Amino acid sequence: MNKEAKATAAKAAHAKALPGWKDLPRAGIILEPGNALQFQTGDWRVVRPVWIETNCIQCMLCWTYCPDNAVRVENGKVTGFDLAHCKGCGICANECPGKIDRETKERHKAIEMVPESKFRD
Amino acid sequence: MKKTVAYTGNEAVAHGMKQLNPDVVAAYPITPQTEIVQIFSTFVADGLVDTEFITVESEHSAMSATIGAAAAGARAMTATSSAGLAFMHEVVYVAASMRLPIVMPVVNRALSAPINIHCDHSDTMGERDSGWIQLYAENAQEAYDNLLQAVRIAEHPDVLLPVMVCMDGFIISHALENVELNDDAFVKDFVGQYKPDHYLLDAENPLTMGPLDLFDFYFEHKRAQAEAMRNAKNVILQVGKEYGEKTGRSYGFYEKYQLDDAEVAIVVMGSTAGTVKAVVDDLRRQGQKVGLLKLRTFRPFPNEELAKELQHLKAVAVMDRADSFNGFGAPIFVQTRAALYDLAQRPKIVNYIYGLGGRDCDLSQIGQVYSDLQQLAQGDGTGEIVRYLGVRE
Repeated sequence: MNKEAKATAAKAAHAKALPGWKDLPRAGIILEPGNALQFQTGDWRVVRPVWIETNCIQCMLCWTYCPDNAVRVENGKVTGFDLAHCKGCGICANECPGKIDRETKERHKAIEMVPESKFRD
Repeated sequence: MKKTVAYTGNEAVAHGMKQLNPDVVAAYPITPQTEIVQIFSTFVADGLVDTEFITVESEHSAMSATIGAAAAGARAMTATSSAGLAFMHEVVYVAASMRLPIVMPVVNRALSAPINIHCDHSDTMGERDSGWIQLYAENAQEAYDNLLQAVRIAEHPDVLLPVMVCMDGFIISHALENVELNDDAFVKDFVGQYKPDHYLLDAENPLTMGPLDLFDFYFEHKRAQAEAMRNAKNVILQVGKEYGEKTGRSYGFYEKYQLDDAEVAIVVMGSTAGTVKAVVDDLRRQGQKVGLLKLRTFRPFPNEELAKELQHLKAVAVMDRADSFNGFGAPIFVQTRAALYDLAQRPKIVNYIYGLGGRDCDLSQIGQVYSDLQQLAQGDGTGEIVRYLGVRE
């Protein structure tokens, strides 16, 4: 199949898979609670948060500030990020207090924003 | 026990609302509707209703609050006119597309500019594409009766659309008439309890209302909304018949007055129909075969039914108390004309735009319309298709 035919076929298949008007709940009411989880907003990311565990003081500020509930916390400790939903806004890295070096007084954050390109082909 | 009282249209509607005892009423004033929410507020203050009365800062907020309450699962109402209706325009569409059974009295008043507080239908005509059902009353009795039926129509599971209960500003809203009120128990029983299947305050079944749609779903939701408006036709007839059986006052899409054997007729909505009836009586006494079709439901528009009722006539005049400024004809006219298109044999049809900004439309002017119609019926051609009645040239 040429490129155009492939695109048309894909479009038709997609449309066929979608429900008709008679099968939809009225007014677009969403009956399945919390189904926003199924929408992978992580695809939108341009930079990605990387957790540097040695600098983490488990203050929970990143979890508090994250607008997408994308900081994973298990048993009261931060364990990483929900990359299916993290949009890479960088607020967590911005708010992270990290650890201060006693001698140099330098701040070492526990979250660093790294370009997505580094993780993708 | 029924009782006959002397009430203005606003009083009749306010008392009707008292009998409905809605869960929520959002209130904002505008002439000539203000008395509805004002009188209702005295019922709230006196503890005669259980309604949560929300005083908002604008009509946009009034409709927004009403939508929120209805979505939460409450029977919610508000009332407005003219610029107030225009101000809530964007959320008026939302009420219909969210399929919320809100009932709203609208006291018809001209839109600005120039500022005018008097009656014409430009305000509700501005909402004719909003997806709301629109019922028009000839008098205070009909306004009251329409209000009660509106709740049953709106909440019917095949419909679930909001309803505007329209009545002419000042002419109906402020004029005293004999109104037969149903008793409280009857109204309570007639409308029953509001039992929404989906509502936000249902903790057992959490859901989301009013989400985003992209190009892959919006059209399907709108198609479903269109179907609901089509379904409303049958429901309006059923409810009107039931109301008639129980109160002695039946309602349908329209009222025919001396129409079946008429040769010429007027189609009109609102209080002017009352004036037309007086002229019809007079002309009939003189042996003229004239009639009237008083339209009650403008939305949904009874396309096939109107065509059937009008097809035997030689000439029809559609009187519009609003102009559409489309360079041709006014709302009821263009829609009635389109309804006649499919008829093999169709009457001549002309438009009279009248009564804008409360301009009085009297017996002699209606008489002139019938006289024009008789000429049309006998002669060739139609002459001017769109005419203005009562304007100074």
